Amino acid sequence: MAKNTRQKENQTQTETTGHEWDGIEEYNNPLPLWWLWVFAATVVFSIGYVIYFPAIPFLNSFSKGIGEWSQYKQLDDIMQKAEQAKAPFENKIVHLSAQQIKNTPDLHQYALESGKATFALHCSQCHGAGGGGAKGYPNLLDDEWIWGGRLEDIVYTITHGIRSAHEDENSRDMGPMMAYGDEEILDKAQIKDVAHYLQTLSKKYLKPNESTERGKVIYAENCASCHGEQGSGSQELGAPSLNNAIWLYAGDTKTIIETITHGRAGQMPAFGQKLSENDIKKLSLYIHSLSGGEQ
Amino acid sequence: MTQINIEPHQSEPQGLLSLFEKRKKIYPARVSGNFRRLKWGFMAVLLGLYYILPWVRWERGEGAPDQAILVDTINRKFYFFFIELWPQEVYYFTGLLLLAALGLFFITTLFGRVWCGYACPQTVWTDLFQLIERRIEGDRIKRQRLDAGPWTINKVTRKIIKHTLWLLVGLCTGGAWVFYFQDAPTLWADMLSGQLYFIPTFWMIFLTFSTYLMAGFAREQVCTYMCPYARFQGAMFDEESLIVSYDKTRGEPRGKAGEGGDCIDCNRCVAVCPTGIDIRNGQQYQCINCALCVDACNAIMDKLGQARGLIRYNTFHNTVSGSSSLKNLFKTVRFIRPRTIFYLAIINVVGWTMLYGLLTRPLMDINVIRARNPLFITLSNGDIRNAYTVHIVNKTWQHQTYTLSTNHTTGTIFIPDVTGKAHQVDVSVKPGKVGTFRLLVDRPYTQSSGTIPLTITAKTPKFEDSYNSTFIMPTETN
Repeated sequence: MAKNTRQKENQTQTETTGHEWDGIEEYNNPLPLWWLWVFAATVVFSIGYVIYFPAIPFLNSFSKGIGEWSQYKQLDDIMQKAEQAKAPFENKIVHLSAQQIKNTPDLHQYALESGKATFALHCSQCHGAGGGGAKGYPNLLDDEWIWGGRLEDIVYTITHGIRSAHEDENSRDMGPMMAYGDEEILDKAQIKDVAHYLQTLSKKYLKPNESTERGKVIYAENCASCHGEQGSGSQELGAPSLNNAIWLYAGDTKTIIETITHGRAGQMPAFGQKLSENDIKKLSLYIHSLSGGEQ
Repeated sequence: MTQINIEPHQSEPQGLLSLFEKRKKIYPARVSGNFRRLKWGFMAVLLGLYYILPWVRWERGEGAPDQAILVDTINRKFYFFFIELWPQEVYYFTGLLLLAALGLFFITTLFGRVWCGYACPQTVWTDLFQLIERRIEGDRIKRQRLDAGPWTINKVTRKIIKHTLWLLVGLCTGGAWVFYFQDAPTLWADMLSGQLYFIPTFWMIFLTFSTYLMAGFAREQVCTYMCPYARFQGAMFDEESLIVSYDKTRGEPRGKAGEGGDCIDCNRCVAVCPTGIDIRNGQQYQCINCALCVDACNAIMDKLGQARGLIRYNTFHNTVSGSSSLKNLFKTVRFIRPRTIFYLAIINVVGWTMLYGLLTRPLMDINVIRARNPLFITLSNGDIRNAYTVHIVNKTWQHQTYTLSTNHTTGTIFIPDVTGKAHQVDVSVKPGKVGTFRLLVDRPYTQSSGTIPLTITAKTPKFEDSYNSTFIMPTETN
């Protein structure tokens, strides 16, 4: 029960509010008046805040505030500052080749950081955030480079793309791999034999048999012109190496048969128009640094 | 349905309470005595340290800052004489906070709120501001009259001088503060040549006004309304702690000298109190244990030819029993008791542990993050590659070359575009920096090995550290 009798508490002669609950009394310790004024000041501040900053929601819009502050503007400022900070590096990079940048430690470090961001924005969708690739999209971390893995090769590939319908004549516009099944060059049995033969190229421990021997002959007549007699591939033609453990589209019999039957024609857009020369150099250096590329 | 009787609640108080009241301004009078001298001493030492410390130099080696105390916010490092802390060692501050808290509890248990009375910055600066106020406007009575009086030219002049001096002290406070965050001589030279950077200037101005506000106006209200320590210190002392107390048995009943008790009700103790309380009402939450009332009362007792110590540092136990005098005080106080032993023990444990940690702090650190995208890479010859991001922290101030190796006997490691493939590779890290390297580990494929433990070690002739990670082997290949 609450009692209300204002009085002085016995021990310290402090005035109480008179509120008492089960023998516990409440001291009367009023707040200082300026405390109230601080509250008033926050109210006054909020008026200025509402006028200056975007604050009041309307049906389809909101009050913009006389300060015209916005997060987009803030972002623009930050981006502008970032551009300014990058300028000294970019101005040097513009005159250098990718290889020359690599030989300058400070610029190389900058290029790798910058290239990493470009990779995430433009390349990771197909090649994966870590560059691991996917079925049909080459892995950039291994040691096979279908179109060449030296810095200048990578710069060229990014600039012109692969079979990209780019207007320029370029060496990455090789015709696709023919559809040997669909175009009835080979019958199903022959394709199966080639598939079996190709697996012995990749997996050295597989023993040759009749099917692989037949496949070897068909391979020599139909495939070796691009993929090489030993199946070592050709970077000039963009023909992947077939005698190693790396498969662009999986190395099981079913997938190999599918590849030979329907042909393959992997594409990559040309980034020459989209990205600046500087961006492409930095990107190439970053990609090269993932696995060391080719020298 | 049950009937519920609702009676009108008798809640109307006898008089309407006001939730707010105008602050009663306190005009502490000048006082002199032993404790006042002690307080001046504390002020001189503390302010001296505050202003001088940023200028103390400490040689650390080539390329390292030579400021003894430096909070390097740009490079995220903290320097304190022989101690150097990196962001990842910020847990030492937990120990520091623990020591500060325990130190406060310990000293409070022994001597009450002496931290508040002598060493707290709020007290020190308020004291300084009041000194200026007294010099310009005079002592208690003069100041009260000046404030109550009309706005004469004399009053306006004195007020202007006082506030200008206060602001100058504030500016010095803020000015010294920023030297803890940048190389003091460089910043000072920049300031003199008119080069003012945004962040130091902002903090200088901010601290100028916060000092002005806190020490000039808020004063004891910081202790009574804002400070949490002030409140919970009340729970830290016990009946054996030395707190400023009025000797009731000797003093009461108050009255003229020679009649009744020794207290002549001269109110000097109230006049000098910086928090405006009457110590004779007993222990109060406003009391900061500064003992200025002790000095005031002793001066009066000396004049009356009475013994000192009507108000004195005394334990609650002694005050209640009235059994001790000033002379045998130290004999009756039990400084060694379970509570103080306990605090001292924890302080020792924390303090020595921290010191041991700091003295044996490793000067290098290695951290490895395994690449998860992709988990593994198949190479043309069938080998499997795993990728790692290796961070090597070089806490020395010399260039270091670390030899990286793994505990795997088969396979090779290399850092693309930096090193060739080998069993061990050398990388260098700049003084006081963190080196980040992409380490590739290649291993022949072994079927159904799954995840293999992998330890990566970085080594110099003097230092060595390793990190346990894993090597992921695919369960099947194409």
